[in-house]
Amino acid sequence: MGKYFKPVMSPDEAVRDIPDGATIMIGGFNVGGVPYSLIEALIRKGVKDITLIANDTLYENIGHGKLVANGQVKKVIASHIGLNKMTQRLYNEGKLEVEFVPQGTFAERIRAGGFGLGGILTPTGVGTMAEEGKQVIEINGKKYILELPLRADFALIRARKADRVGNLWYWGNARNFNPLMAAAADVVIAEVDVVLGVGDINPNDVHTPGILVDRIVVDGGEYYAS
Amino acid sequence: MLPNISVDEAKVRIARRVAMEFKDGDVANLGIGIPSMVMDYVPKSVRVILETENGMLGMGPMAKEGEGTPDIIGAGGVRVTVLPGGSFFSSDVSFGLIRGGHIDITVLGTLQVDQEGNIANWMIPGKLIPGMGGAMDLVTGARKVFVATLHTVKGKPKIVKRCSLPLTGKGVVNKIFTELGVFEITPQGLVLVEIAPDTTLEDVREHTDAEFTVKEPLEMMKGVDVDG
Repeated sequence: MGKYFKPVMSPDEAVRDIPDGATIMIGGFNVGGVPYSLIEALIRKGVKDITLIANDTLYENIGHGKLVANGQVKKVIASHIGLNKMTQRLYNEGKLEVEFVPQGTFAERIRAGGFGLGGILTPTGVGTMAEEGKQVIEINGKKYILELPLRADFALIRARKADRVGNLWYWGNARNFNPLMAAAADVVIAEVDVVLGVGDINPNDVHTPGILVDRIVVDGGEYYAS
Repeated sequence: MLPNISVDEAKVRIARRVAMEFKDGDVANLGIGIPSMVMDYVPKSVRVILETENGMLGMGPMAKEGEGTPDIIGAGGVRVTVLPGGSFFSSDVSFGLIRGGHIDITVLGTLQVDQEGNIANWMIPGKLIPGMGGAMDLVTGARKVFVATLHTVKGKPKIVKRCSLPLTGKGVVNKIFTELGVFEITPQGLVLVEIAPDTTLEDVREHTDAEFTVKEPLEMMKGVDVDG
């Protein structure tokens, strides 16, 4: 976006240009670090045919689990769908495509997508279904699977604090995939509790450099009721 | 004969035995089910650093009712606490620690485990397809992979000649702990190294599909008190 100061906007304004068919990364692990108000805005907007890249699909009545339950998602790329009955049902009925990725591989594929790597080599999944259809490369007698980068059109992420130039600070283990996704999408929207002035986050404490963030949304409500 | 104990007693016996494997300062990642009970039986003098794959070292007990936050949760989503000396990090660091051999022990439950150390615990085709989550990385990268499981479920042995379900990891398991004893997977195959005092070798064989040899001398399963 090329702006020094990052626009602070409402959830609905922030997702206004997300079209049907978009590939969307959503941060979080289980209930932690999920951008709940941005997801509610996607539900209100009724975006369809989403390719959802998220670690898991939560529960059918929480967060991005609702997107799946609403039929707004055409494909899920995730490590775990076990908590969401609707994801499992739609998958079993052939109405939803699911690509299972081991969680460490999921993190590394996003990291590769965001940080300019052509892929990564991992020993995880060698000799299992995770190897199927992929190139296996032997290095010093050990087998590795070549895993390709993941990128998205939009990333919706969650942090505790932002400043006006988009620097982010996370809290607890709600950090999870959010800093990785911040680098791996064309448009990055960060939902935070509070926006501070420039310099109010000590540079030593910045987890995600502000240049990666395009839009900021402030929310402190529903998240803590979850 | 088989031990005359309830399922809950069997689980406690397994958790108690696994707990004896920990040394002071070990870093561990524990799965759900019996593995999550293990910490109850580790003595306070043995300080185990718990890792949770969503990005924390030094996980403490569950948060008290009405306390805690969704920003500090265990891998199962429960609000937990962090102990002094703990740390938080992102998922690439978490799985870097796991794949990179920085976790000493992972303890997992299973659907099947076989005599070659293969483990299958992430899906039953056509029935249950939750996904592998972090399990494939854990069995690949942890220095020791322990399986803690009831010996049979509905009479069917969990320890088989060859896993028929899709694998989580190939040749990765080091030890198996059940209410009947302890097995090690060695280059020579599966070996029974400890047997519970309230069963017999014949009964262990009858309830194990896998082929195994018996360590000489075969030791009694540690931590089992048949009177209590």
